[in-house]
Amino acid sequence: MNIKKYIKIYSIFSYTSLASELEYKTNVIIDFVTAILSLVGSIFLLTIFFQNTDNIGGWKFEQALIIQGIYTILNGITNTWFNPNLTEIVKHIREGTLDFVLLKPIDSQFFISLKKIAPSGFLEIILGFALLFYCIGINQININIEFLLLSLTTLLCSIVILYSLWFLISTTTIWFVKTWNATEVLRSFLYIGRFPLNSFSFSLRIFFSIFVPIAFITTIPSEVFLGTAQLWEILLELIVSGIFFIVSRRFWLFALKYYTSASS
Amino acid sequence: MFNLNKNKLITLLKVQYSNMLEYRVEIALWAISGIIPFFMLNIWTNNNLNESINLSNVMLSRYFLSAFFVRQFSVVWVVFTFEEDALLGKISPYLIQPLNPFFRYFAQHIAEQITRLPFAIIIALIFFILNPESIWIPSLGIFLLSCVSTFFSFLIQFLIQSIIACMCFWTEKASSIERLLFIPTLFLSGLLAPVVSFPEYIKSWIYITPFPYLIDFPANLLSGNNTNIMSGFAMQLLWIAALFPIFTRIWSLGTKKYTAMGS
Repeated sequence: MNIKKYIKIYSIFSYTSLASELEYKTNVIIDFVTAILSLVGSIFLLTIFFQNTDNIGGWKFEQALIIQGIYTILNGITNTWFNPNLTEIVKHIREGTLDFVLLKPIDSQFFISLKKIAPSGFLEIILGFALLFYCIGINQININIEFLLLSLTTLLCSIVILYSLWFLISTTTIWFVKTWNATEVLRSFLYIGRFPLNSFSFSLRIFFSIFVPIAFITTIPSEVFLGTAQLWEILLELIVSGIFFIVSRRFWLFALKYYTSASS
Repeated sequence: MFNLNKNKLITLLKVQYSNMLEYRVEIALWAISGIIPFFMLNIWTNNNLNESINLSNVMLSRYFLSAFFVRQFSVVWVVFTFEEDALLGKISPYLIQPLNPFFRYFAQHIAEQITRLPFAIIIALIFFILNPESIWIPSLGIFLLSCVSTFFSFLIQFLIQSIIACMCFWTEKASSIERLLFIPTLFLSGLLAPVVSFPEYIKSWIYITPFPYLIDFPANLLSGNNTNIMSGFAMQLLWIAALFPIFTRIWSLGTKKYTAMGS
C-alpha cells in the first residue's frame, strides 16, 4: 500500500467526477433544494409526533433533533459517496467491465468504492452539522476535547458501519447479478435511523440492533453527543464497526473468486 | 390521437407481464422496501401518539396496512425509465411506431403491479399473523371503491411523472425534479402519518393539493376510517382532468423539440 499514490489517485477521481457532475448544474441545484426540503419534512414529522407528548422513547424534542442531525450527515455521505459508487457495481458486473477494474494496479475495493463523487450530498452534510451546532445550544452541551473526540470517533464508526453494509449488499451482485433493489431495501430500513431506537417496540429494537444495526448508526452517536452514552456502548460501537469493516473486506475478496466475467 | 385499441393494449400487457415475471425477485425486493408504514405504525402505537387524534390502535394499524397496499399499487417510476431511454436515444424507434410510447410505460406499470400482488399479499398475511386483532374484511362495495381510488391515485402520479419525464426533451436529466417532488409526496400524502394528525395550519390548505388523495384518501376508505368519499373522488377526478391536458400539451411540444440522440 502506497498511501501517497492512493491520495493522488483519489484527487484525480474527485476532479474528474466533479467535473462531469457539474455538467448538469441545474440538477445539482435541484438536489440542494431537495436536501433542504427533506430536512424540513423530517422535522415536520417530528413535530407531529411531539404534538401531544413531550417525549418519544425517552427522548425530548430537542434531543431527537440530534438524531435528525446525525442522520442528515450520514445521508449526505451516502448520497455523495456510497450511492453513486456502489450502485455502479451492478453495472460493472452485468456488463463485464469489472474485468478492467481488476486489471488495474490498484486495490479493486478502493477503486469501486471511491471512483465517483456526487456533490448533491454536500449540502446535507453541512445542514446536518449546522443542526448539530444548533442542538449544542438548545441542549446546553459543554464542549470539551473529550466530547469532541468521542463524538467524532463514534460518528466515524457509524460511517464505517454504513459503508460496510452498503458494500456487503452490493457485493452479493457477483452471485445474483441484479441486486439494485436490495440497496433500496437497505435504504428503507435506514430510514428508521431518523428516530430514536427506544421509540420502537422491543422486538423491532432487537431487529434493528442485530440484523440492521441502526442502533449503532444513529442512536449511539446521538447518545454520545448528549453525554448519556455508557462506556460499554462506545466500546461496542468500536468493535462492531471493526467487525463490519473486516467482514466486508473479506467478503469482497471471497466473492471475487466467484466472478466469472460477462460475455466471452 | 392516441391510436389505441383493445388488441394493442392486451398485447402490450402480455409482453410486459412476461417481461416483469423475469424480474420477480427484484419486484419482491421492491415490495419489501415499501414496509416503512409498518415501522411508522410501531412508533405511533408504541408511544401512544394516536390517543390525541382519536384513533384506536386497531384502526390505526388498519390505516397503515391500507397505506402500504395503496402505495404498493400506486408506485410510479416512469420518469426514470423515460430518462434512460431518452439519454440513450431509445425512444426514437418508439416514436416511429403508431402508438404513443407512454402506453408502453403504462403497460409496464400495470404489469409490474400484477407481479407485485402476491408479494404484497404475503406481507399483509405476515402482518395479520403478528397483529391478529387488526384483521378486517371490508364490504365488497368499499373494496371496489378503494381499488378505483387507488387506481386514480396511480393515474395522478403517473400523469405528474409523465409531465416531468417530458422535460427530458429540454433538460436531458429530469429525475432530480422527480426526487424533489417525492419529498412532499412522502411527508404530506399520509404514508408516514395520517393527514388527520397534521397541525391545523397544514390541514387548512392541504386538501386542495393532490397529496392527501394519493395515499390518505384511498387508505382511509379501505380501512374504514372517517373520510368524505364524494369529495375525495371529486378531487381525484379534478386533478386527473387538470393534469391530462398539460401532459398532452407538453408531449406534443416536446416531440417537436426532440433531436434524436445517438446514431
